Amino acid sequence: MLRLEKLVKTYKTGDQALKSVDLEIPQGQVLALIGPSGAGKSTMIRCINRLVDPTSGQIWLEDTELTSLSSGGLRRKRREMGMIFQEYALVERLTVMENVLSGRLGYVGFWRSFTRRYPQESVDEAFRLLDRVGLLAMADKRADELSGGQRQRVGICRALIQNPKLLLVDEPTASLDPKTSRQIMRLICELCEERGLAAIINIHDVALAKMFVQRVVGLRFGAIEFDGRPEALTPDVLTTIYGEEDWEATIEKVDDEDDDAPTHPEVAAL
Amino acid sequence: MPVYEKEGTKVWQRRTQAESLMRWAAWLTATAVFVYCWQQISEATTWFFVWDAPRIAEDIWTRATPPRWEYITQLGRPIWDTLNIATLGTLIALCFAVPVAFMAARNTTPSATFVRPIALLIIVSTRSINSLIWALLLIAVIGPGVLAGVVAIAIRSIGFCAKLIYEAIEEIDHTQVEAITATGASRWQVMAYGIVPQIAPAFAGVAVFRWDINIRESTVLGLVGAGGIGLQLSSSLNILAWPQVSLILLVILAAVVLSEWVSAKVREAII
Amino acid sequence: MSTELDAVLGQRWKKPPLIKRRWLRWTIGIGSLAYLVAAFMTIDVNWARVYEGLDRGAAFILAFTSPDFVSRASDIWEGLLESIIMTVAASVVGIAISIPIGLGAARNIAPLPIYLICRGIVAISRALQEIIVAILLVAIFGFGPLAGFLTLSFATIGFLSKLLAEDIESMDKVQAEAIKASGARWLQWINYGVQPQVMPRLVGLSMYRVDINFRESAILGLVGAGGIGATLNTAFDRYEYDTAAAILILIILIVMSLEYLSGIIRARVQ
Repeated sequence: MLRLEKLVKTYKTGDQALKSVDLEIPQGQVLALIGPSGAGKSTMIRCINRLVDPTSGQIWLEDTELTSLSSGGLRRKRREMGMIFQEYALVERLTVMENVLSGRLGYVGFWRSFTRRYPQESVDEAFRLLDRVGLLAMADKRADELSGGQRQRVGICRALIQNPKLLLVDEPTASLDPKTSRQIMRLICELCEERGLAAIINIHDVALAKMFVQRVVGLRFGAIEFDGRPEALTPDVLTTIYGEEDWEATIEKVDDEDDDAPTHPEVAAL
Repeated sequence: MPVYEKEGTKVWQRRTQAESLMRWAAWLTATAVFVYCWQQISEATTWFFVWDAPRIAEDIWTRATPPRWEYITQLGRPIWDTLNIATLGTLIALCFAVPVAFMAARNTTPSATFVRPIALLIIVSTRSINSLIWALLLIAVIGPGVLAGVVAIAIRSIGFCAKLIYEAIEEIDHTQVEAITATGASRWQVMAYGIVPQIAPAFAGVAVFRWDINIRESTVLGLVGAGGIGLQLSSSLNILAWPQVSLILLVILAAVVLSEWVSAKVREAII
Repeated sequence: MSTELDAVLGQRWKKPPLIKRRWLRWTIGIGSLAYLVAAFMTIDVNWARVYEGLDRGAAFILAFTSPDFVSRASDIWEGLLESIIMTVAASVVGIAISIPIGLGAARNIAPLPIYLICRGIVAISRALQEIIVAILLVAIFGFGPLAGFLTLSFATIGFLSKLLAEDIESMDKVQAEAIKASGARWLQWINYGVQPQVMPRLVGLSMYRVDINFRESAILGLVGAGGIGATLNTAFDRYEYDTAAAILILIILIVMSLEYLSGIIRARVQ
């Protein structure tokens, strides 16, 4: 359903974030992407919906090649890919309902979206989704009044109301406590199963990944080091992904480097 | 932090000798410049008038008190005009300031090489020149009256508002914009959903802040003929009607205090 | 499916209004509309005069492409020099006076009577605009730069003392207390405990005030208080737009260079 062919991304600074990545994901598969920060996980996810433009290579979503699309065509294809962010990325000064409905922006014209007159079926769907994640009562609250876990649920609703075929999930649990992290991961995986969605979940908590997904891909220095079932993730394999050293120590070291990793080129350019 | 030996003991000084010398030279130059400036002012001053100043001040004070209270009946229209100049001027300025700000902000400008410098030029040139000078210019062009005042205030405020708004735009959280983009939203939708809600509080704050300043400025625009209460001030000064002048000054003072209070309340309510 | 969900499905959704109370919302809306209409109606515009003036407006804009620095060079030079002299002298004196007043207007370091006196000075200085002060001072001291110098000094005190006092009031108490605990006298305490904390901001604000003083000095000439304003006024009266354009360009250039300079100084101090 999604196929990456020889995907390469080199930033202007010369950092090669992705080195010729090939990957294929069938319909309905939930895949966890693991690897140290700076390995290119975030870049890969952002290349798929072209928040970051890949340097070369091809991305096939079903029968469409994404890298050569015009801006209008890209917008239509982005509707089919829901994205969930690490820091929730809700528009904090809008209400929960507006945040959920903003997932329909690709389907409505500017004026309708500006006056908040969404079609009734979108509104009903938004209510259904909010009910599904248990936030129906919060619909008219402002997003910045919510707790972290609640915000992430709203983020999930926003991605799902796009009616996507694929979910791109970028570190969904990095800002959450362990219990909420599990709840959110469970929710994402349940929803994917209910709707038959494929998903790429970029995650650095290996234990959490093993708990929920059918397939794990390990990325290191922009290249795929491991691709297989979670049970096959032995400490030896983790050592190859996270480096020669004791890999638990590497994770900690990597957390410090999180800020300067070229995952947000737009911010770095400022 | 230089530490060196002198007669066998360690001496600590805050600065090295070269540094101290530099500082002395800088202070000396600064003092010399100030003395020169003062001499120039002093030369241009008729000191006889200055020694006479206390007497003149007392004279003006006795003439100006008590204020001519009944004159207030003639000030209704000028006060209304002053309020309109400030309010309409601010509204017009905001209409222009928003697009200029979007063109000037690094993250929203359509072209950093062509459009952004033009926007910055608009900001700096409208900001550098006082509204009284704009009023002077506009009176020469479109004639004296309230309209010249409104336009003068509007032009002066564009740069001020646009500068503060574009700084707010540059500080927005980028991931929120990214999230809206990822849903397949168009350029304008991204602006309406991702950027506008984030800068709305800053925008409202700037608007009220500038309105407060504009009330102050519009009270004196009449001095050059651009309408408002300043016209009455100017004509009262010309006929040396000091009791009227003191009343007008009291009214202006009240307007300034009132507008500051209003703007503080509104800003509190928004933020 | 919960009962609350059934209740909202099929219902139209509207963004909750900014002002909750309906009557207040309508009153404010209609009131502002009525005000705007009344305001527009009461501006009497002599459209014939405006139309006539358009040529002159065009002439003025054209004058910016060919500003005349030469024919009134000596007037412009003298006026600018006088403006700069007033700016420098008034900034020095104003800053020197506003430091003690700023200290006195900070509630956490000044005793109550001094606090009230200093706050009173600040309030008076802020409430009176430069141009009105200038009119009064010209009436008292006669025409010339002395009145302008005094006006700008007085305005500087109100501006700088207030911001300095606010800065001192919000400073870190612990640092100041540590110095006090070492047995320092009042002046020593100010020098070691307070000054280092507020110095960078004081320098920044002073530079900003120099910038404002220059801009204000350009208008004081309109009421006879010296500076470039008189030259500018004459140029407008004689419809010498090319000279006026030259003066305005010079003012803009000086303000720009002052801003640039203050940017550098602020960056160095911090």
